[in-house]
Amino acid sequence: MNALDNLHQTMRRDRVFDFMLQTRNLEVDLSHGTILYLEEISVSFDGFKAIDNLNLYIDAGELRCIIGPNGAGKTTMMDIITGKTRPDSGSAFFGQNIDLLHLSEPDIAQVGIGRKFQKPTVFEFHTVFENLELSMAGDKRVWPTLIARLDGEQRDRIDQVLEIIGLGENRSQLAGSLSHGQKQWLEIGMLLMQNPKLLLVDEPVAGMTHQEMDRTAELLTSLAGEHSVVVVEHDMDFVRSIARKVTVLHQGSVLAEGSMDEVQNDPKVVEVYLGE
Amino acid sequence: MIGLLKNDRGGQIFLILLALATLLVPLLNLLPADNPLHLTTYTVTLLGKYLTFALLAMAIDLAWGYLGILSLGHGAFFALGGYAMGMYLMRQIGDRGVYGNPELPDFMVFLNWESLPWFWYGFDMFWFAMLMVMLVPGLLAFVFGWLAFRSRVTGVYLSIITQALTYALMLAFFRNEMGFGGNNGLTDFKDILGFSLQADTTRSALYITSALALGLGYLACRAVVNSRLGRVAVAIRDAEDRTRFTGYKVEHVKLAIFTFSAVLAGIAGALYVPQVGIINPGEFSPLNSIEMVIWVAVGGRATLYGAAAGALMVNYGKTYFTAALPEVWLFALGALFVLVTIFLPKGVIGLLQRRRSGS
Repeated sequence: MNALDNLHQTMRRDRVFDFMLQTRNLEVDLSHGTILYLEEISVSFDGFKAIDNLNLYIDAGELRCIIGPNGAGKTTMMDIITGKTRPDSGSAFFGQNIDLLHLSEPDIAQVGIGRKFQKPTVFEFHTVFENLELSMAGDKRVWPTLIARLDGEQRDRIDQVLEIIGLGENRSQLAGSLSHGQKQWLEIGMLLMQNPKLLLVDEPVAGMTHQEMDRTAELLTSLAGEHSVVVVEHDMDFVRSIARKVTVLHQGSVLAEGSMDEVQNDPKVVEVYLGE
Repeated sequence: MIGLLKNDRGGQIFLILLALATLLVPLLNLLPADNPLHLTTYTVTLLGKYLTFALLAMAIDLAWGYLGILSLGHGAFFALGGYAMGMYLMRQIGDRGVYGNPELPDFMVFLNWESLPWFWYGFDMFWFAMLMVMLVPGLLAFVFGWLAFRSRVTGVYLSIITQALTYALMLAFFRNEMGFGGNNGLTDFKDILGFSLQADTTRSALYITSALALGLGYLACRAVVNSRLGRVAVAIRDAEDRTRFTGYKVEHVKLAIFTFSAVLAGIAGALYVPQVGIINPGEFSPLNSIEMVIWVAVGGRATLYGAAAGALMVNYGKTYFTAALPEVWLFALGALFVLVTIFLPKGVIGLLQRRRSGS
């Protein structure tokens, strides 16, 4: 039965075979002003429904905050968008034309979705400069990477990003020796080098001091507009300082959506989360 | 090439020492036998053998030190390169074998085989054999890596299946029906490219070729490591998921470097066989592959020249101990690995670097 289902999936007439899809140089189509469509997505792990019929739309250029108690499915949602986890059902589209459920992680990164992990993850044995160099958008196949050389324009771009994330003085320092907050910024900088249309940022201010938090807020708000930014965060003060629109996740689906004030006064939200 | 070595003090020293050794050893061998500086041909061949081990260690270091793939099966690629060379040398024997068959090697006559198996075709030509020296280990690494990396097998699990790979090959090559001489392997070689393998000059030439291969291998590995691909490899070693979400096809990078490493190991094996005069399934034994990893650990990972130095030191130690105190050698090797892991995690080269930066 299962094999037959698989066969039906393979033979679907509204879709071409995966291997015929052109994944390189795929340009995302934003003609309808929406950059991310997640529709009726469900995924369960060993019977536990991590995501349950989730519907979420992100507009181009938007800065969206996603909050929710532990286990609400925030990180799983990011895993689905970036191709790390495949949902049991539903669809995920990037713009009008790119079906995310049929792309691998590197391909998704190449079409323009960047991801910052919950725990800051940088290449510890490379310098700050090299971290940015490796993240730079471009042809990332094996042979072009082997013969790649930095040109002046690319150096300028790296300098520019170093400036934005405020690590200009640490450029030749090993990333492993940076402070926690600096690693968070470096990781955001690495996302910027990828030149993504959509940035997924998982808990960017975890473990940061208040000063660092303010700078991060500034950084993220300045990025919205040119990029769409989705921030998952626990820290309510931080969310209040940057949010224009907030989505509350609960038990794998959207509980409420709206401005921070609306969400905060929603009785359902108060019950599961903010009221505690 | 100058640019390649600009910031590489260790590499400069390594290549200078290697160049000196390449010139001096054959010259000292030419001195009359009663001269105190005279090096016997036996020593020259022994040193040549060490150099092929050094190249092998460097290949392992490229995969382990820079890409984080601990292969416990590189002996398989080394042995396959060796077998390809051995097959060429067998075909060169011609009718000078014990049975005097111009077409078939001795062991085939002994097994009552009528004709040459198809996979022996072409090995009478040097260029074809040399192509196979690189192609066979490369292809095996490619297919093996394709399956393993695509399934995202990493860490200890990968090490264990590389170990299984070399063990399976050892069992296969032990079988007479495989057509590679079974238990005895390939031996009794006479000459290479028309030069007698017993001649001192051929031995010196093989030594020099091994040294050149080591030097060129170093430059090639250094070029890979210094390229952006090399930096991606280190990124994969340290944060594989991050690299994937950055847009690199991790599996492809691993496959490319692992295959290149296997080709280097194959070349090392091909240079090893004419110098020791035999290749048999023992080369596939898992123990050998583990010993190779110890060379790299002792010398120092992720330095390339450290791996080469480690191979030279451990093998010199082995030659000395197995002659002087044969029963002690295995204990010494085990103790060496334990001590290095605990006290010298960066190997002997790491110790030297610490001295330099400390003073």
